[in-house]
Amino acid sequence: MAIGHVSVRPAVPRPRLRIRELLDRERFLGPAFVSPALLLIVLLVAYPFCMALYFALSNSFIGRPSHFVGLSNFVALWESDAFRQTFQNGFVFTGAAVGLKLVLGISLALLLNEQLWFKRMIRGAVLMPWVIPTALSTLGWWWMFNSLYSVVNWTGIALGLLDPPGPNWLGQKYYAMTAVVAVNVWRGLPFFAITILAGLVSIPSEMYEAAEADGAGAGARFWHITLPMLKPVLAIVVLFSTIFTFSDFNIVYVLTHGGPINSTHLFATLARQIGLESGQIGQGAAISLYLFPVLVLVVWGQLTFVRRQAN
Amino acid sequence: MAVRRRPLLAKIAMHLGLVPFLLFAVFPFYFMALTSLKTDRELYDREAVPLLIRQGPTLEHYKTLIWETGFLTWTKNSLLVTILATTVSVVIGTIAAYALARLRFFGVGPFGTGIFVTYLVPTSLLFLPLAQVVHWLGLADSKWALVVTYPTFLVPFCTWLLMGYFRTVPKEVEECAMVDGATRLQALMRIVLPIAIPGLVCAVLFAFTLSWNEFIYALTFTSSSEEITASVGITQELIRGDIYFWGGLMAGAVLGSVPIVILYVFFLDYYVSGLTAGAVK
Repeated sequence: MAIGHVSVRPAVPRPRLRIRELLDRERFLGPAFVSPALLLIVLLVAYPFCMALYFALSNSFIGRPSHFVGLSNFVALWESDAFRQTFQNGFVFTGAAVGLKLVLGISLALLLNEQLWFKRMIRGAVLMPWVIPTALSTLGWWWMFNSLYSVVNWTGIALGLLDPPGPNWLGQKYYAMTAVVAVNVWRGLPFFAITILAGLVSIPSEMYEAAEADGAGAGARFWHITLPMLKPVLAIVVLFSTIFTFSDFNIVYVLTHGGPINSTHLFATLARQIGLESGQIGQGAAISLYLFPVLVLVVWGQLTFVRRQAN
Repeated sequence: MAVRRRPLLAKIAMHLGLVPFLLFAVFPFYFMALTSLKTDRELYDREAVPLLIRQGPTLEHYKTLIWETGFLTWTKNSLLVTILATTVSVVIGTIAAYALARLRFFGVGPFGTGIFVTYLVPTSLLFLPLAQVVHWLGLADSKWALVVTYPTFLVPFCTWLLMGYFRTVPKEVEECAMVDGATRLQALMRIVLPIAIPGLVCAVLFAFTLSWNEFIYALTFTSSSEEITASVGITQELIRGDIYFWGGLMAGAVLGSVPIVILYVFFLDYYVSGLTAGAVK
C-alpha cells in the first residue's frame, strides 16, 4: 500500500523549474519581453496623448481647475494672428528646408560615392552637424548671425557679395526665416546624404554598363537609372524628415525665439510660449496637436510604402 | 553603383565640388572654437579679421566657465541622465526587439506597428501633457524626470534598430543550440547577443547621443541650476544682460559637445551604419 502510494504520487516540479519552462514557451516569453516597452508606451506616450486631447478641448490654465470647452481653443487660435502666421511658417519652413536638403543631399551623395582621397575624414566631417547637440551648435550660428559682429556678413562683404553693413539676419522677417531654414538644412543634410549614399551603393553597376553601351550620357543615366532606382530611399528619407522638420523646436527656440514678430514661430515653439510661458495649457496643447495630422500622414506613407516593398 | 576610375583631372574636380559642402559642415565648429579662444579685446574689435586669432589665444573663457558657473554640475547631470536612460532603454529595447524579431505570440503584429509609430512621434508633440505627468510623479524640476521620460523616444528607437540586427542572425544557429539542450534564454544570451554586438554598440551610441542632445524635455521639466543638463545650462544661464558673453558661451558650446565628439571619433563607422539602418530598415 505504502509503496503503491509513492508510485502514484505525481512528481511536483520545483517552482523555479516551472518558471524556466514557461520562459521557454514563445507564448509566455514574447509578452514577458515586450511588457516593459509596452508599459512605457502606454503610460508615457499613449496616456499623455489622451491628456493632450483633453487639454485641447478644455480651458486648462496652470494652477486652475479646468472645464470642457469644446473646440473653442481651436476657434480662438484661428482668430489669432500669431497662430495663423505660425501655421504659414510651418509649411514654408518645412517645404523650403526639406526641398533644399533633398537637392543638396542627392548632390552630396553623388560626390561621396566617387573614389575620394581621405574618404573617412570627409565622411566624418560631413556627418558632424548631425551628431553635435543641436541646441549648442545653434548657439554658434546665433553668434555667426549676430547683428554687430556677424561673420557671415563680414565674409559676404569681403567677397563683394553683400553691401556693407549687410542684413540684420535675425532682426528682419525674411532674413530670419532664411537663417532658420539654413541652420535646419545644415543640421539635416548629413542624414539625407548618408542615407541616399547607401541607396546609391546598392544600385547594380551592370545597369550603368548596359546604359553606357547603349550610348546614354551622364545626364541620361542619372535621370533614367539613378533617380528611379533611388525612389524608395528618397521617399522614406523625405517622409522621415518631414515629420522631424515640421516639429522642429531647438533651432527656432535658440536662434530667434519665434521672432521678429512671430515670423519664425513653428508649432512647437508657439505651443511652448502659449502653453508654458503664458500658462494656457489648453491652447498650447491644441497647437501641439496640429503636428498630429502630419504624423498620421507620414506613418501612413511609411507603412504603405514598407508593405509595398515587402511584397 | 560602380565606383568608376576617373582621370586625375576629373578626380580633382570632384574634390573641388566637395569643398563648399565641407566648409558649410565644418565652418560653424571652427568658428565656435576660435571665438572661445579669443580675448575679449579682439572679439569685440570691429576692425579685426574675425576668421583668425591675431592677438594670441586665451583660455580665460574656459576658466571662467568651469570655475564661476554651474557648468560642472550641469555636465554631471547630463552624464547621469544619459547613462541611466541609455542603459534602461537598451535593455528594454533589446528584449522587445528579440521578441518582435523571433517569437510568435498574441499581438506581436500590432505591437510592432505601435513601436514604429511611437518611434515617429516627435518630442514636441507631447511635452505639455508629459510635464503634467512628471508633476504628478513628484518629479517636477528634477533630473530624474528626464531619466523617466527619455526612454519614451529611446526605447522605440533601440527596438527598431535592434530588430533589424536580430533578423540578420540566422535562425538555425539558435535552433542548433536549443536542440543541444540550451533554453531559449541561454541561446539568446550566449549565441544571439554576441552575434548582434555591432547592433548593440550602435544602439548604445545612438541612445547616448540622442539623450545627450535632447533639449525640449530638459528645458521644460527642469529649471533650477542644480538639476538642469548641459545643453539647458549653456543656453539658459550663460546669456547675460550685457553683450560681452560670447567667449564664455562658445566655450560652453564646445565643452558641452566634447563627450559626443569623443564617441564620434572612435565609432564613426557605427554612426554611419546606424544612421541608415534607423531610417531604412
